[in-house]
Amino acid sequence: MQNIKIASAAGMMLAAASTAQAEPLIYGFQAEQFEYRDGDNGENVFVWDFDFVVGTDELKLVWRSEAEIVEGSGDFEGLENQLRLQFPISTFFDGVVGVQASTPDGLPDRYNAVLGLKGLAPGFLEVDADFFLSDHSFFRFEAEYEGLITNRLILTPSIEVTVPLEDDLAYDQASGGATIEAGLRLSYDLIDRSFSPYIGVNYEKSFGGTADLIRASGEENGVTSIVFGTRLMF
Amino acid sequence: MPLFSAKFLARSDTALSTSEHISTGLSRREFGLAAAAALAMPTALQAHQTPKITSKGTYDITVDRVRIDTGDFRTKGVGYNNSPFPTVLRFKEGEEVTINVKNNLNETTSIHWHGLILPFTQDGVPGISFNGIPPGETFTYRFPITQAGTYWFHSHSGFQEPDGAYGAIVIEPRGGERVRADRDYVVQLADKHPHPGNRIMRNLKRMPDYYNRSQRTLQTLIKDSRADSLQAALQERGMWGRMRMMPTDIEDVQGFTALINGQSTSQNWTGLFRAGEKVRLRFINASAMTYFDMRIPGLKMTVVQADGNDVKPVEVDELRIAVAETYDVIVQPRENKAYSIIAESVGRTGMVRGTLAPREGMAGAVPTMRPKPLLTMADMGGMMGGMGMEGHVMQNMTGMNHANMTDMKKTDMDGMDHSNMEGMDHSNMAGMNDSNMAGMNDSNMAGMDHSNMAGMDHSNMGGMSGPSSVDPTYVNGSGLIPKAYNGGKFLSYADLTAARPRYKYRKPSRTIELRLTGNMERYIWSINDVKYSDAEPIVLNYGERVRMRFINETMMAHPMHLHGMWSLVDMGKGSRNPIKHTVNVNPAMTVDMDVEVDEPGQWAFHCHLSYHADAGMFRKVVVRGRPA
Repeated sequence: MQNIKIASAAGMMLAAASTAQAEPLIYGFQAEQFEYRDGDNGENVFVWDFDFVVGTDELKLVWRSEAEIVEGSGDFEGLENQLRLQFPISTFFDGVVGVQASTPDGLPDRYNAVLGLKGLAPGFLEVDADFFLSDHSFFRFEAEYEGLITNRLILTPSIEVTVPLEDDLAYDQASGGATIEAGLRLSYDLIDRSFSPYIGVNYEKSFGGTADLIRASGEENGVTSIVFGTRLMF
Repeated sequence: MPLFSAKFLARSDTALSTSEHISTGLSRREFGLAAAAALAMPTALQAHQTPKITSKGTYDITVDRVRIDTGDFRTKGVGYNNSPFPTVLRFKEGEEVTINVKNNLNETTSIHWHGLILPFTQDGVPGISFNGIPPGETFTYRFPITQAGTYWFHSHSGFQEPDGAYGAIVIEPRGGERVRADRDYVVQLADKHPHPGNRIMRNLKRMPDYYNRSQRTLQTLIKDSRADSLQAALQERGMWGRMRMMPTDIEDVQGFTALINGQSTSQNWTGLFRAGEKVRLRFINASAMTYFDMRIPGLKMTVVQADGNDVKPVEVDELRIAVAETYDVIVQPRENKAYSIIAESVGRTGMVRGTLAPREGMAGAVPTMRPKPLLTMADMGGMMGGMGMEGHVMQNMTGMNHANMTDMKKTDMDGMDHSNMEGMDHSNMAGMNDSNMAGMNDSNMAGMDHSNMAGMDHSNMGGMSGPSSVDPTYVNGSGLIPKAYNGGKFLSYADLTAARPRYKYRKPSRTIELRLTGNMERYIWSINDVKYSDAEPIVLNYGERVRMRFINETMMAHPMHLHGMWSLVDMGKGSRNPIKHTVNVNPAMTVDMDVEVDEPGQWAFHCHLSYHADAGMFRKVVVRGRPA
């Protein structure tokens, strides 16, 4: 029901935007992460995190996709796709409404409504804060800062915190048991900002009930990975 | 023309210019033939294109996809008459012209005659003057030439102008040029970018600093903390960071190759002279986004015209040309050597060198670019208005005893009575350094008596601001205040005095306030916080004189261009105020311009930075009524 409401609201906004605008559409593809992770738990994964945007100043439709593919088996350990509508709510922040589908291999599919904020916080911190709402709701906060060593050599610390609001045992998620992913990537803008290869480290650890569930299923908690990849923007 | 390579064209561009000089007694038809003859001879080629002249007063222009080779990169763009080099149209004051424009593109095009006073249906702005020129079709412009001077023309469709669709217009006054010169050259500047305009716009919308490769880095932090202290450097960065503003935000689109008449430094546009001759250079800034500082090391430049209107001659060492402006200067090289014409972008991210030389094959020296400027809190002043400080500061400061200020130093500022400034919203200003704080709302400062302030160190004079004593078109303490390369005279609008007023001075009947506004993070540019797509037209009444008051609430300079009617910039000179078509408004400044509303119809009115205009800093102006 919730999803239907959101979808119809989104449709109305798109219609309003298309009549008010004579300006050309903004569109583009951007991958923040497109990388190979060599984990200290012996598991190597291929990861992407990209979005494709189309829209106007007033309303943008964003397809955001995040995946983790295990090397060897080719299984999607994680696969999340979101359709998000983004609209300005203040000088530096957009409101977000959308839908999310989580469809990894070997786990039940999950669908969520998305309600969030995206923007630029003081100090040039790029932040995303989203509620994912369903029978297995959770909250996720992401922040990233681009530290310029030179105008092309960029050190990007990032942090992602996921907090389950309800238990989801199939996904090893316990209410309140946060998972933190921290990264540090050193990239070089090789061709404009279109192609920026990087190396870096990524660290992921769960806490509370979530940590217990992970340990119970025989997996390691607290994985450090060396990453190689590239940022892309077209 | 396609028979010859661009490189070859570039090398031998000067010959026709010379023959032009010789051919000044010829009728246009004869000149056209001379040009045709010149084209037949490889040695007489030029960079500039001459349009086909089919009969007296009739000109044919084609709009074509062309290959552009800047020496740094090759790209495809839009050009006139199948050439990447600007076409020069030469008219005579008083004639009636017919211009056939054939569109060979696969999209709609248009030509706007920048600065020409003409019926609005001939002004060439799709959606305002006409519907544009569809692919494959020819549009015939017809209008009388009622003025003289240097102007230019360009496409007003999409991003064809940044993609290369620009040319020059030179109109000879009735009775011949009023300033005697032995040589006469167009020097048209451009900022050619390897990316096409629509891609640049997409990138700016998604990432406003996409093209800013002059940002402060760890390296500059180390440098600054050595010069001052790490704490001070971090504090200052924190202040900018909290505002989510960048002091390096001077040129939105970097990475261009600067061109003179379609030629980069390595391609070296050259104008010939004989020692002792007077050379007239018609500077035209046809850039999409870039202001240039122009100089010819070793020569004084006498500015005789601005935006097509003669000014009382003023001798300068260097001048800043905003996008879409023109300046005519006279120089007199006395030595048999190569002189460099240097155009250096204000943000110091691009430069081009052309040459004045006694013979072909010479090249002037190429200096290194001067250090990049940084914006200051003074340049931010206009934005403070939006943060709740507007109107408070300067009014309260009139109570200050100026007599005590004669010996003021930075440290004395602590003694200022801040209690009068309660209206300020300090919450947004945490960590702000007062010494850098020049520049709020100078529009309220008119009543301040500057004569009492002699001896004051303006450079340290945070907090109070108002116009700079160096150049009143900049806010005091601005990071953009220019300095001549040799420490000499740098041209200011304050130096421009109309040689022949077009109108008697009268008081404007009303003032229209136009706040220049924007959201840099979203790359939205607007007027009074409303984008063009959401805005009502500005309505003027035929026969009135209105005052347009630009209040720049952004950190960037905007070259504001009103089509169809002259912009009389208020420099306090009454009828002698400079007569312009493009008025630069610096960050945090308020600039008044008066308009005699003497042309009926509807007109475009916009910031001439291509991507600002497209993003919404644009208005339609409707003139109600018509001559009785």
